[in-house]
Amino acid sequence: MSGPPNEGHNEGHHPADADQRTIDLKESDMGEEVRQCACCCEEASEEELLERLDAVIDEYQDKPGALIPVLQMAQGIYGYLPEATLKHIATRLRKPYSEVAGVVGFYSFFSTVPRGDNVIRVCLGTACYVRGGKAVLDAIKSRLGIDVGETTEDRVFSLEVARCFGACGLAPAMSIGDEVYKRVRPSRVPEILAKYRETAPVEEGALNVAG
Amino acid sequence: MPTLTIDDIKVEVPEGTSVLNAARQAGIRIPTLCHIEGRDPIGACRVCLVEIEGARTLVASCSQPANEGMVVHTTSGKVREGRRTVVELLLSEHDGDCQVCARSADCELRNLALELGIDELRYQGERTARTIDTSTPALVRDTGKCIMCRRCVTVCNEVQGVGGLFAQGRGFQTVIGPAFGVDLDEVTCVQCGQCAAVCPVGAITERNQIDEVWEALEDPAKTVIVQTAPAIRAALGECFDYEPGTLVTGKMVAALRRLGFDAVFDTDFAADLTIMEEGTELLMRIKKALVDGEKVALPQFSSCSPGWINYMEHFNPELLDNLSTCKSPQQMFGAIAKTYYAEKIGVKPEDLVVVSVMPCTAKKYEAARPEMNDSGVQDVDIVLTTRELGAMIKQAGIDFRGLPDEQMDAPLGISTGAADIFANTGGVMEAALRTAWAIVTDGASFPFPDLHVKPIEGLEGVKTATLKVTGAKGDWAFLEGADLKVAVAHGLGNAQKVIDQIKSGEAEYHFVEVMTCPGGCIGGGGQPRFTTDEVRQKRMEAIYREDEGRELRQSHENPSVCALYEEYLGAPCGEISHHLLHTKYAEKERV
Ligand code: SF4
Ligand code: SF4
Ligand code: SF4
Ligand code: FES
Repeated sequence: MSGPPNEGHNEGHHPADADQRTIDLKESDMGEEVRQCACCCEEASEEELLERLDAVIDEYQDKPGALIPVLQMAQGIYGYLPEATLKHIATRLRKPYSEVAGVVGFYSFFSTVPRGDNVIRVCLGTACYVRGGKAVLDAIKSRLGIDVGETTEDRVFSLEVARCFGACGLAPAMSIGDEVYKRVRPSRVPEILAKYRETAPVEEGALNVAG
Repeated sequence: MPTLTIDDIKVEVPEGTSVLNAARQAGIRIPTLCHIEGRDPIGACRVCLVEIEGARTLVASCSQPANEGMVVHTTSGKVREGRRTVVELLLSEHDGDCQVCARSADCELRNLALELGIDELRYQGERTARTIDTSTPALVRDTGKCIMCRRCVTVCNEVQGVGGLFAQGRGFQTVIGPAFGVDLDEVTCVQCGQCAAVCPVGAITERNQIDEVWEALEDPAKTVIVQTAPAIRAALGECFDYEPGTLVTGKMVAALRRLGFDAVFDTDFAADLTIMEEGTELLMRIKKALVDGEKVALPQFSSCSPGWINYMEHFNPELLDNLSTCKSPQQMFGAIAKTYYAEKIGVKPEDLVVVSVMPCTAKKYEAARPEMNDSGVQDVDIVLTTRELGAMIKQAGIDFRGLPDEQMDAPLGISTGAADIFANTGGVMEAALRTAWAIVTDGASFPFPDLHVKPIEGLEGVKTATLKVTGAKGDWAFLEGADLKVAVAHGLGNAQKVIDQIKSGEAEYHFVEVMTCPGGCIGGGGQPRFTTDEVRQKRMEAIYREDEGRELRQSHENPSVCALYEEYLGAPCGEISHHLLHTKYAEKERV
């Protein structure tokens, strides 16, 4: 009973189209590029970031279905979608804030909290899925206590899923930052994560059992 | 024009008609929970299932176009079982408790469960997460009872153009509400209550203030008076099974007296007063613009509808100067009651409790605004909706249908037909024109048959008219031959269309009337459910009948209003008026 939000019925297109556009504009193509740009410029000031966002909005403003691409670019620029940015987008696109929020909340690739220093991507392409990618994902989820699209409280990790890394022969695969891990076993997950965080937090439950 | 057969009845319908509407045309009722007349179907609830011969599965009739030769069954065993399953699944997630739910008397889900003979719950699901939002003075949201039908989303977004409510989150965690699940007062909700009017269940309701009224009535130290808005008399009867459009003015007065109010007054009185002020204000603005060459904001927008005021503050703050500075009739009544009337009866304003009965939830918000205490204390203390008054009369065990007809009290219960029509879209404009014409022409008769300005009456979203002034006299002679252009809009989406025309210079008007709710106050968010266009039409006709049945039908003829000016206020838009009856509004956040 919970379909996608009726985003953009003003423009008379269906959420399915929105989905299509999303695929055309996968983060790996665009969002990433913009983000890298943000990185090279070293500490772009708030005004510069806002200028970039406004340039994006100017470009998309009058096109139907502008909301999703603008949100993707904004996430590229800021790394996530801060509240003030969402309100700015809502105002400039003349969309209700509640609608913008509904769209952000519906798609797992949008994040309203800053991303962790290390973005974990678990491949759930066909090959990886068949060979246990899901189990790896579950192991990470329970180890870090976060769901897909979320970030750990210490902002060390964010968790995402990916379609395919082109490492199908060595499935299941996952990546953390630029590093790709192949033939991952769920049992190896703690060891891999430990490389990025000095001491992975010990689950309280586990302690109790031990003590 | 396809012809189809529904339950052995042949119907011919226009191309593109849904099976649901085709069935309705044939007099066959199909239950619906998400459908709203005149809007695109959302297909969310699936209780409108029917069997179509040749189709593999049951089909949602609201989103299925009627095709040539279709054979449809709406009552077969398969259909009944299908609908039953749908409703049982809804109930399995529903976190409700009918015995103590505000909606149990008119809940569409509960009625449907009864109708389908559901007497046990075969499925046990995880319950919808429950959060109760009491952040606004007008409304209470209970997400546990929400069945995700999205009628509120459609109304808030498409009819009102506000967009306060949308689906948030995904999967089972989906909640229908404001951005990221925040409270309603953190978004641009104008508190019109149209969402509460269409919600099929108890997930959005008016904030119930009945107990506050009982408490005041039982306090011997307080004098408690009541005012009823023009739109109540044409709708309250529906709470007692009268046909929509039955006027129950006399019984309503009798019921209020039996509830124990010390005086039963009429917002109509204040509506007449509003016309004196707002009509004068309009003429003064036009004079300043045309004769004195001053820069004044034109068109003047009406300011009776508090949802509309909220909307302007949020969405068109650059046009706030165009809003008439007149308070709404509810607030004029409160300010006059706690000064003029309180002095008359020798009661201190703080010992006088003013209760309003309004068709509107935004009136609860309006009464609580900090601007609204010009008498020195809060001018209007408690606001009940029509639905709450109906419930209160039932609580008192009063046999409403058996009551005699009684009259309102003087002086604040005296009014004219011009005040009655404030309830309808176009009514404030018509009432203002009746009086403005008399002022400009020094009492010449209003040049429309039976005093009705037909082009601005009725349910069309935006209506316009042009009046050529003839016979202008004295101070107003400069208006001779001028074309007075007016526009009327109801539903905020329609209002925005007029505003966009004005902003772009596409249209020019002198006076624009806006009512927040479709149909005007008769279609308010606090009126008995369920308000369809047919119901709106009947209530509107009742209001015009009330007007036509009066001896006095123009605000400036109201003897109590004339006395008020003589004894207390001086002239319209004078100094005391300015203090008590006028106000100003301020910009609010856009998102
Ligand atoms: S919303 Fe309807 S079904 Fe739910 S508790 Fe209230 S009356 Fe019962
Ligand atoms: S009260 Fe009016 S503006 Fe507020 S959420 Fe309901 S429909 Fe929207
Ligand atoms: S709040 Fe009411 S109208 Fe809105 S989706 Fe829920 S049940 Fe439907
Ligand atoms: S009325 Fe047809 S799906 Fe809800």
